[in-house]
Amino acid sequence: MSEKHSIGLGTYFAVFGALMAFTALTVWVAFQDFGVFNNVIALGIAVIKATLVVLFFMHVIHSTPLIKVTLVSSLFFFLLLIAFVFADVWTRGMFDHPASPPMIGG
Amino acid sequence: MSEASPNRLAYWYRSYQEQTESVTLGIWLFLVTEVMFFGGLFTAYAVYRAQNPEAFAAASQHLNIMLGAINTAVLIGSSLTVVLAVWAAEHGKRKALAFWLIATILLGCVFLGIKYMEYAHKWHEHLVPGPHFQFHDAREGVHAAVDPDRARMFFHLYFGMTGLHALHMIIGIGIFGVLLINTLRGKYTQRWHDPIPVAGLYWHFVDLVWIFLFPLLYLIGRH
Repeated sequence: MSEKHSIGLGTYFAVFGALMAFTALTVWVAFQDFGVFNNVIALGIAVIKATLVVLFFMHVIHSTPLIKVTLVSSLFFFLLLIAFVFADVWTRGMFDHPASPPMIGG
Repeated sequence: MSEASPNRLAYWYRSYQEQTESVTLGIWLFLVTEVMFFGGLFTAYAVYRAQNPEAFAAASQHLNIMLGAINTAVLIGSSLTVVLAVWAAEHGKRKALAFWLIATILLGCVFLGIKYMEYAHKWHEHLVPGPHFQFHDAREGVHAAVDPDRARMFFHLYFGMTGLHALHMIIGIGIFGVLLINTLRGKYTQRWHDPIPVAGLYWHFVDLVWIFLFPLLYLIGRH
């Protein structure tokens, strides 16, 4: 009755297979040495997996614009949280003494 | 549909579709608050990791990647059984719906069982923050001693984040238990089964949190 917004079973199994493959890939990458790219790849794979879950398992790809706006705004405010906390922590003490090192990256 | 299905349409909605859209927005708004709830913890983790990269790398060596990966697969599998349950509900297949709900509950229990094994192991290794906390750098070829207080911060965050996640799993299993009972009682019809996809969205969100916890806690800094 509501076929128009339904995602087929084949899509579900394909997404499941992709999620499993990405999990295996991220474990393999963890044991390789790509320098700083280890972290980038691990988080990149996590973002890809999360996107697959949100779009297909959580049906956002067929959801109303209102739901999409809600989701994007929550991500925006989370990034705002990260950005302002790091802007604070990174610059603490930076202007107290000319020679004082930053809190992060030392 | 021809059977005497009770009226599940609240009087202030004009159609079932409108009602479904409304409850779907409701669960998404709740998930937004959950994003900020876990988001605070993820932010704290990011700050402390950035400030203590060596101690966090040393501390994460004590996590079992294999168990973490198995649990990731278990949770992804449970997300699959959830979408299959939603699919069964949409197509009015009551037996299939009950089967996939049971499968989801079982996979959730497997996840918690593995999590319990990990916690028990940490307890015996004195890695639980508290009066008995002791930290030894397990990495080979590393001579610079790691400050145990900084390593302890990793385990504070590890137990805080995975503990809160496990609490969400326990609540989710309870919700799915209620769904199963209602399914067996024949409460859900092809026309009205809103609780199934709504609970499903919650379950997928808990899966999403783990998708980020696994690389952040287990994988980063391991090579």
